[in-house]
Amino acid sequence: MNTLGILLTLSVLAAFSYYIGRKRSLALATPAKRGGNNLHSLPGYYGYLVAIWCGIPALIILLLWSVLSDSIITQMTLAHLPTELQNQSGDQVSLISNQIRNLVANGIETATDPAMKVAAEEYSRLQGISNMAKTVVVLVLAIIGFAIGMRFIKPTTRARNQVEHVIQYVMILCAAVAILTTVGIITSVLFESIRFFGQVPATDFLFGTHWSPQTAIRADQVGGSGSFGAIPLFVGTLLISAIALLIAVPLGLMSAIYLSEYASPFVRAYVKPALEILAGIPTVVYGFFAALTVAPFIRDVGAMIGLNVASESALAAGVVMGVMIIPFMSSLSDDVINAVPQAMRDGSYGMGATKSETIKQVVLPAALPGIVGAFLLAASRAIGETMIVVMAAGLSANLTVNPLEAVTTVTVQIVTLLTGDQEFDSAKTLAAFALGLALFVVTLILNILALQIVRKYREQYE
Amino acid sequence: MTEATLNMAAAAPQTHKPAAGGREEFAHDITGTVGKPFLDGKDTKFFSRGVNVFYTGNKQAIFDVNVDIGRNEVIAMIGPSGCGKSTFLRCLNRMNDTIAGCRVTGDIRLDGEDIHGKEQDPVLLRARVGMVFQKPNPFPKSIYDNVAYGPRLHGLAANRAELDEIVESSLTKAGLFKEVKDRLQTPGTGLSGGQQQRLCIARTIAVSPEVILMDEPTSALDPIATATIEELIDELRQSFTICIVTHSMQQAARISQRTAYFHMGKLVEVNNTKTVFTNPQHQLTENYITGRFG
Ligand SMILES: Nc1ncnc2c1ncn2[C@@H]1O[C@H](COP(=O)(O)OP(=O)(O)OP(=O)(O)O)[C@@H](O)[C@H]1O
Ligand SMILES: [Mg+2]
Repeated sequence: MNTLGILLTLSVLAAFSYYIGRKRSLALATPAKRGGNNLHSLPGYYGYLVAIWCGIPALIILLLWSVLSDSIITQMTLAHLPTELQNQSGDQVSLISNQIRNLVANGIETATDPAMKVAAEEYSRLQGISNMAKTVVVLVLAIIGFAIGMRFIKPTTRARNQVEHVIQYVMILCAAVAILTTVGIITSVLFESIRFFGQVPATDFLFGTHWSPQTAIRADQVGGSGSFGAIPLFVGTLLISAIALLIAVPLGLMSAIYLSEYASPFVRAYVKPALEILAGIPTVVYGFFAALTVAPFIRDVGAMIGLNVASESALAAGVVMGVMIIPFMSSLSDDVINAVPQAMRDGSYGMGATKSETIKQVVLPAALPGIVGAFLLAASRAIGETMIVVMAAGLSANLTVNPLEAVTTVTVQIVTLLTGDQEFDSAKTLAAFALGLALFVVTLILNILALQIVRKYREQYE
Repeated sequence: MTEATLNMAAAAPQTHKPAAGGREEFAHDITGTVGKPFLDGKDTKFFSRGVNVFYTGNKQAIFDVNVDIGRNEVIAMIGPSGCGKSTFLRCLNRMNDTIAGCRVTGDIRLDGEDIHGKEQDPVLLRARVGMVFQKPNPFPKSIYDNVAYGPRLHGLAANRAELDEIVESSLTKAGLFKEVKDRLQTPGTGLSGGQQQRLCIARTIAVSPEVILMDEPTSALDPIATATIEELIDELRQSFTICIVTHSMQQAARISQRTAYFHMGKLVEVNNTKTVFTNPQHQLTENYITGRFG
């Protein structure tokens, strides 16, 4: 049986043991009319308890077996190989084991080298044994578990507490998976960054004003020695994000106020989803809209009034990015404005305040922390955005705050550093990790701030 | 007034025509309400005739209410839940305007002025007719700013010193100043429930309204805080007209001069509080105050 089949059988067994366990505990319970139920927990919990005993240990063994069996089998196969094949470098050995696995997958007859053919046959034989053993072990374990579980069905067993305990561990496990993934990503970025800072001093990276990451890959190539001053990238990122926020914050906030305070339910029912559609447009679509429509438009307008605008400009990218993040601003602000209790507004109207006075003096101050949270989330979104900038703002790392010139951002440089042919441990490639780390730290700080502020806001009314 | 005039008022149908204010003309018999709903013109602060209120879908919540509310009196409105006390109270400062789909018809006058008149601004009206709500609802601002909110809106203080003065005197009148004078800059939401309600009262009297409407102002408070606020209401009567909705008949008896009994959207009986509680004239009122109903 393959793993999927075993899994299915296991779930059927678990469902069956739930059913049996529940039934048995029902039979055990004294009828209500004779002094009430004597079981500690509801019958369902005994069912779950048996199902857990049947399923979980078997599942754990199944997982471990599936993960470990391949490398064990490979080791055993390699031990059968002729010695001249065995005494090779690690890379070679892993190449051979890959070849063996490919042979097994594609049909052993295709083998040309007889030694390899023998190895492949050995491999598939071992695999067969392993699968068979796995099936037997897992299913036997499930049945033993079931038997143990059934023995626990007695009035004194605290089934509910035990089941809830197990569920709690399962939830901890789920949370741990997410956290471990994050930790894994961070450590890998961190270690590559440390390698980068071994080649380029951190001060050069953080305070240098010249960014040109081209280095010679081969000795005979002509190329710069590479300079990794990230200031132009940070300035470019800030410039574009600032333009985007200048567009998104007023527009988003005003539309949120309109939607929550002035719009009729009918208008609101149509306008709010329409605004949220903006968030659903893929950024690459925004990107070519920016590059093909907005950037030429800005250049033409600039030419008309005698300004020299680059065909790729920070302004074009910033404006389009601003439109993209409007829904972040408007939707979140709308939610927090709506969360301001009606009693607050009534109080203000009752004092003889007009609607606009009420909004300015009571509703917005009450919603302010939430609005700031929305702003910070929009900002971290703007900083992380890549596609629009690649397409509309260009790749040249100019150190400028003139929105009419081409600039580039941190994320765009990460993309260009890692696309194309790369040598993995060159400073150029590693620079991407350092940039990623810097970006991560900044957005992390923004997000923590945003969460803090939103939390503070929640406390106010609860 | 004597028993005789009372009976006359109840017996003889009067017809009322509103002044030609341009609003809908109506005429009807004022026979629905027993007791003494009307006062002399010069004692009348609020005058209301033929008031009907409809919520969304033409659901009528108030049917033809006719009553006068006197100057410097405390009038208590009692009646079973859902009978329309809050709805009627909100007519008096046009708070119903802020409820989508709510429509008020009829003639309501404050000192003889039609509050629905074309030249009337509901915002200015609400500065003259303040409101205290069932649940204390201080703004998420400091205690000082809560009280200063109204005076600032209406430009009642020329400078900071005057504003300080208004804040202090309002808090004093509301019986809260002693408790909070050292923490005027701390948030109003940090006070206890009873203190918050007194803060809301202070906030309301800071704009020197003529009438204060109170919708179950003590229902969220403990007996001690309630007693404080009842004393306060008695003092405030010197300077304001007070309409108070309450579910406690003891409270109505303790603090009000007149009592109005509402039943299913109709004003059943209005009379001196003592008369209502000792000698109710309508069967429904009697049922309610003797606890046989609702
Ligand atoms: N905003 C509204 N929309 C629709 N109907 C409403 C609204 N407010 C009140 N009503 C209805 O109007 C009627 C009177 O309500 P109101 O709140 O005036 O009663 P009440 O006497 O104050 O009751 P309570 O003592 O419970 O506060 C009720 O039937 C109620 O359902
Ligand atoms: Mg009410």
